[in-house]
Amino acid sequence: MQSVRMTNQSTNLAAEAHGIVKRFGPIEVLHDVAISIPVGDARALVGRNGAGKSTLVGLLTGIYGANAGEIRLGGKPAPALGDRQAWRERVACVYQRWMVIPHLTVGENLFLNNQPRGALGLVDWRRLRDRSMAALKEWDLDVSPDIDAWRLTVEQRQIVEIARALLQGSRFIILDEPTAELERKEVNRLFDRIRGLQASGVTFLYISHHLEEIYEICRTVTVMRDGRVVADAELEEFPKDRLVAAMVGDAAMVKREGVTATRTEGPAGLALSGLRLADAFEAIDLRVAPGECVGLAGLAGSGKDSVAETIAGLLKPDSGTVSILGTKAPLGDVAAMRAAGVGFVARDRHVRGLFPLLPVGDNLTTTVMDRFGAAGFVSPARQAAMVDKQIASIGIVASSGDQPIRELSGGNQQKAMLGRALASDPKVLVLVAPTQGVDIASKEAVYDIIDQAKARGMAVLVVSDDLDELTICDRVEVIFRGRLTRSFPRGWKDHDMVAAIEGLY
Amino acid sequence: MASTAPQAVSGAPAGPNLFTRLKLRDLVLIPVIFLVMIIGSFVSSSFLLPENLLNVLQQSSELSILVIAQSLILICGKFDLSLESTVGIAPMFAAWLMISDTYIGGSGYGISGYAGIAVLFAVGLIVGAINGLLVVKLKLNAFITTLAVLILLRGMTLGITNGQTLFDLPEEFLYLGTAKWAGIPCSIWIAGVLFLLFGLLMRYHRVGRAIYAIGGNAEAARVAGIPVERITIGVFIVGSLLAALAGLLLTGRIASVMAGQGQNMIFYVFAAAVIGGIGLNGGQGRMIGALTGVLLLGLLQNVLTLSGIAAFWIDACYGAIILLALIITRLTGEAPRE
Repeated sequence: MQSVRMTNQSTNLAAEAHGIVKRFGPIEVLHDVAISIPVGDARALVGRNGAGKSTLVGLLTGIYGANAGEIRLGGKPAPALGDRQAWRERVACVYQRWMVIPHLTVGENLFLNNQPRGALGLVDWRRLRDRSMAALKEWDLDVSPDIDAWRLTVEQRQIVEIARALLQGSRFIILDEPTAELERKEVNRLFDRIRGLQASGVTFLYISHHLEEIYEICRTVTVMRDGRVVADAELEEFPKDRLVAAMVGDAAMVKREGVTATRTEGPAGLALSGLRLADAFEAIDLRVAPGECVGLAGLAGSGKDSVAETIAGLLKPDSGTVSILGTKAPLGDVAAMRAAGVGFVARDRHVRGLFPLLPVGDNLTTTVMDRFGAAGFVSPARQAAMVDKQIASIGIVASSGDQPIRELSGGNQQKAMLGRALASDPKVLVLVAPTQGVDIASKEAVYDIIDQAKARGMAVLVVSDDLDELTICDRVEVIFRGRLTRSFPRGWKDHDMVAAIEGLY
Repeated sequence: MASTAPQAVSGAPAGPNLFTRLKLRDLVLIPVIFLVMIIGSFVSSSFLLPENLLNVLQQSSELSILVIAQSLILICGKFDLSLESTVGIAPMFAAWLMISDTYIGGSGYGISGYAGIAVLFAVGLIVGAINGLLVVKLKLNAFITTLAVLILLRGMTLGITNGQTLFDLPEEFLYLGTAKWAGIPCSIWIAGVLFLLFGLLMRYHRVGRAIYAIGGNAEAARVAGIPVERITIGVFIVGSLLAALAGLLLTGRIASVMAGQGQNMIFYVFAAAVIGGIGLNGGQGRMIGALTGVLLLGLLQNVLTLSGIAAFWIDACYGAIILLALIITRLTGEAPRE
């Protein structure tokens, strides 16, 4: 593809790989992959889950060795696989997950395994502290180097990780879904920093499921599919529909809006009335008809998650009522709310949803264990029958209901979370960021499940600040600082929605 | 990672693992047990005699009840070091109340044997409730909390009788530790039935499934509406009740309560549970595995004793063999502990 340029300008490339083959056991997961990233570039790496992105990142950061092919970093051959320090000096990866050590101070994290040393080779704490302070100041980060790293916010933590990478000498930084947990304002600040670093010659490889972000921050894109690089292009010349087409192959995607609600007469499926919880939200009045899907949009901390958790029974409001099909529901009790007809999918399945060690079947039926026999006993046959039915109807890809759920892809795990919510035959479905961190195909599957739920007459509340997720809603209510501020019928403009969410109207 | 394998799940490659998939991990010790039995039959001609094997089982029965208790608590994602002190204090306090003669260390109250048994379980209940409340409600670290309770209860056991051993206990109190049913010591029946009962409950009862869920991801369990706090406190209480029962059986077997009763048992409890596949991080392992762990340790101890190894070296051999067992289970396909 770019072999000519590569040999000529080898020294101006931050990273290059060609002819890469990687096998795990008998399965070849990367077939003859080539990528070359010039110094100062901001390259997007996109592809559906399983396309080989993570494997490629693993190879570029020295976590795995390739079975064939060559990797060069900064114009020189990659270090030996075991030489972690040499790898760290050339390339750093900021993962979605915490890679700081929670109970060490911010300063120590910045100089992890790289502490300034004084006499006798002992750690020079004063210099470490001074240099950390300087680094934090340079980064506009208003935290003390002496606090424990677990106190950092997600945004601060990412900056500490990037700063650490640069302090270790790396000029090539891989960002793996860095914005998954950030709110819009934080994303903008992160992007500003990335642009600044780029101008000073730092090279970025950026992995994200959010295609808008890629257009915002990246200059070029590499698209992977089924273990191959299928496109390499400048983003200016590569519109979104072509990008999506390259990711999914022949089956091109059409931006969907979901089926329109089939509004029925009678009581609301879900009605919130005068709901108030101190320091979270107040005066929340919201109606969702059976078969209707309403979005609740807001920033992190706007109170939208608290509203969702109140409906789920995790929080007890100070005043107000939640009614389901006209009947007042018992507040502040998860099991009772579920019995009243609420199905709930919490934000962040890893923290608040999955039982990673348990099989898919137990994960799907967690909330309905009492249905499989008398006196709380669980008949394996009856459980398996329900699990098989659910796996088929939701379209979860798993070898069987007995497979541990941690072995499933992110998309299938998320489908299982929806399956758990649907298992109790709810009348109201509350979904918080239901497509966070899943690939495009799984997103579509989640939207299909929502459509089916609507068709079955459920009232669906999608709590999100993701514009894609809000697009499928029949109506979007915006919450800002704990109060409902605006309501958008279908057909809103992205700009207006973002402005309303940010409180700029 | 392979295209069929998860991408966002964990850093480690999640290759198919025959042992965890087929749940053979729980049975991996069985060949090792057979090996120990074969070695034992060479070491001593009396090893395979029914009396000897029954003796091994009886001596393991108290340990195995503690292992059930600890396994429950470990699967729930917690720890309880104080179990071994409950083995001491519960029968000691009951014995003190039962003995009417103050010259041999009694209280003078002289309560009946049945009342003594009730007191014993009441002590178990109270200790479990205190542990549970401290760990769950005050969110204290389970390891250090139960360590403190261990030291406290050990000291109280000594204090009640100034370090004396209490004899001359009512027959009813000793019955379960001494009686035989169908020619087999009652304590073996009890331990066997408890293993079966808790094995089935953990596998086939929703509270058992909830305990696995809590140990695997307590926050997710809370969101799913599982009463996490109630179940965790309950697990601590059941654990301590089982420890009190183990104390009752031990007391019956030796017809007395020693001030140091149960001392050091906790180390063997952990060893048996962990080589039996119970994970220290919660949510992992099965009762059947824990049972094989207890049996292996019991047989080993017996073989070492019969082998004529100098008594002072037995513990060292024991420790080395436990390490070896851990290495074997790791090499036979267990996922590394994180």
